[in-house]
Amino acid sequence: MIIVLVFLLVAPVIAALVALVAPARACNVVTAVAGAGSFAAVIVLIPTAAHHDVTLGSYLRVDALSVVFLLATGFLYAAVAVYLIGYLRVDRNSPAELRHARRLQAGLNIFAWSMLAAPMMSSLALLWVAIEVTTVVSALLVALEGTAGAAEAAWKYVLIASAGLGIALLGTIFAYYAGEQILGQSYDLTFVPLLHAAAHLPRTPVRLAFVLAVLGFGTKVGFFPVHTWLPDAHSEAPAPVSALLSGSLLAVSFYAILRYYQVAQAALGSGFPRAVLLTFGVASLLFAALSLLDQRDLKRLFAYSSVEHMGILAIGVSFGAPVALIGVLLHVLAHAAAKGNAFMGAGVMLRKFAVKHVSGVKGGLDLLPWSGPLLLVTVLALSAMPPFGIFRSEFMIVAGGFESSRDIFAAILVVLVTVAFLGIAATTNAMLLGPASDSTGPTTISRGEPSAWMVAPVLAGLVVLLVLGLHPPAHLTELLARGAAELRGPA
Amino acid sequence: MHTLAAADPAPSVFAGGSNVIALIVLLLEFGMLRQAMRRDQIRLYAVQSAAISVLAIIVAAARNLPDLYALAFCSAAIKVVVVPVVVRRLLPRPGQQGAGDEIAGSGALSVASTVLVAIVVAAFGFFAIGTLPIRSPILPITALAIAFAVVLVAFVLMILRRDVVSQAIGFFSLENGVSLAALVVAATMPLIFEVVFLFDLLVAVVVFGLLIRVHHGRAESLSTSELTSLRG
Repeated sequence: MIIVLVFLLVAPVIAALVALVAPARACNVVTAVAGAGSFAAVIVLIPTAAHHDVTLGSYLRVDALSVVFLLATGFLYAAVAVYLIGYLRVDRNSPAELRHARRLQAGLNIFAWSMLAAPMMSSLALLWVAIEVTTVVSALLVALEGTAGAAEAAWKYVLIASAGLGIALLGTIFAYYAGEQILGQSYDLTFVPLLHAAAHLPRTPVRLAFVLAVLGFGTKVGFFPVHTWLPDAHSEAPAPVSALLSGSLLAVSFYAILRYYQVAQAALGSGFPRAVLLTFGVASLLFAALSLLDQRDLKRLFAYSSVEHMGILAIGVSFGAPVALIGVLLHVLAHAAAKGNAFMGAGVMLRKFAVKHVSGVKGGLDLLPWSGPLLLVTVLALSAMPPFGIFRSEFMIVAGGFESSRDIFAAILVVLVTVAFLGIAATTNAMLLGPASDSTGPTTISRGEPSAWMVAPVLAGLVVLLVLGLHPPAHLTELLARGAAELRGPA
Repeated sequence: MHTLAAADPAPSVFAGGSNVIALIVLLLEFGMLRQAMRRDQIRLYAVQSAAISVLAIIVAAARNLPDLYALAFCSAAIKVVVVPVVVRRLLPRPGQQGAGDEIAGSGALSVASTVLVAIVVAAFGFFAIGTLPIRSPILPITALAIAFAVVLVAFVLMILRRDVVSQAIGFFSLENGVSLAALVVAATMPLIFEVVFLFDLLVAVVVFGLLIRVHHGRAESLSTSELTSLRG
């Protein structure tokens, strides 16, 4: 198993180095192999992690909870690596375009590497460092397009997210202070001893550390009211970057919050940490649902949908019932697959019509024989229609809400998710189902896909959503159950 | 506030001295907040970083924590020398478009209102943390309260200034506030982490610098007034 951890930490870096120097075809192959290999490596980890932790040295540790988040990143890394082959095919004509393609490919590999590294860190200090690395790498990727919008979005992103992480660093320091009281000086903030000692930790510093961590890492998760960078960055980044940002980066930041949640719950009891998460969750969900009603831009629409889903995750954790926690972890996976699909589909659409706003696009269903219908199905999956994974996960979260007698919040969740669905459906319907002829006078766009490489990963994502919704594999179910048990702590 | 109550014994020279240095850090933050010249703002940041390194050396000597000497050295090398040099080199050359050093007009409020807002915010941070039952064997808790005030004033700086260099300096000085807090409650943290944090800051500085370049290349100014197209 140790070799698997090493592979996850080495393969993306090699792929990034190759992408900087090798010819285009070799770059594509190596990136795709690193992506698919990482996904396969995480799958290999599932049966082991479902029963016991895997550790390497004193600073790498993987338990069921980490594997769930590794799985989300691993899948998206593989999908995006394949998608990139089609995405960059038309982009390698001039030296400038070639340089741009190299940077995008190398940057994506490093971005994926940092997100794979974060859940493997056994120390809260290193976890913070890894998440800070994800920020700086992804900020450069957001700026890569070189447009005025991209420069603006990248600046807002790096400033707001870094300030948020400054707050999270304060949280990390207070976690150290709390641990030091029990575990002694020069203690390295490793998670397991901290969790074991949690019952004896002084309460005020733990409280402070938890709130600072939720606010700080929550900036990167996209919790309201510190989400303001998110729609800009998601809409201005290249489509493959947006897919990773939304499906994986937000989840990895949420993972950091979950680690602090585990400690806070063990030290303070479940009341306080759950109340904090519930507040942020409901505020984010409410804000996102209302924002979704008035979006014209396809990628901003999906960005606000990410805020919505992160709100659902926070609410799910705050319910605390085992079924809700399993639902939360399933939701992380299903959201990664669905949102990756959505952004990759949006990328095809925007490339096909060479626009950015939905208003310029009509008749996607006619003109894109594969991507049109796939995007429509993805939007339905994203809105929690059965039989897809998100339906299953949200159903479990709501059921958990009723189980833990949080009926009102479960009802609020259902209502707001429905409002969000209305917003998403109204916009995407016009774009996909409207007649193609009345787009811009006589239509000059011919029917057909830009590239088969951009369709295959979306199809794979849909298969994953179906599997998660209809019949999750037994090993995965075990993994989710163990992850939920870790989150719940000893009863 | 507990530490100011008349019944308390007078603070030791060490406690009093370290509180004074912490206070200097806060005053320098206010200096950055109202500074009218970009290059002076960067200088103030360097002085603030130096003050924190000095405090680290004093703590290392008084509390017998030799690791802190190394930390103070690394911190000074990066935050007093490298970061200001990097940021200054990124500024447009004199004569280039948007090269004016004057940033007095970049505040969203007048200087007086900005400082008033910052005083209120700093007082909130100071008294809110001062009332918490957190005690440290390393430094008096007043320094922690001041560290929070520094962090909050850094936020005011980032929010109210409308030019990218001031905003970046605001973030770097926020990190100084966190370093000050770390000296109080986490001075015994393993050196390796502290150094990793510093290198992380260095990477962030380079990325900030690249994005400032990108912005200047497009907008031909360092003002954020152009950065308003994305909304909704």
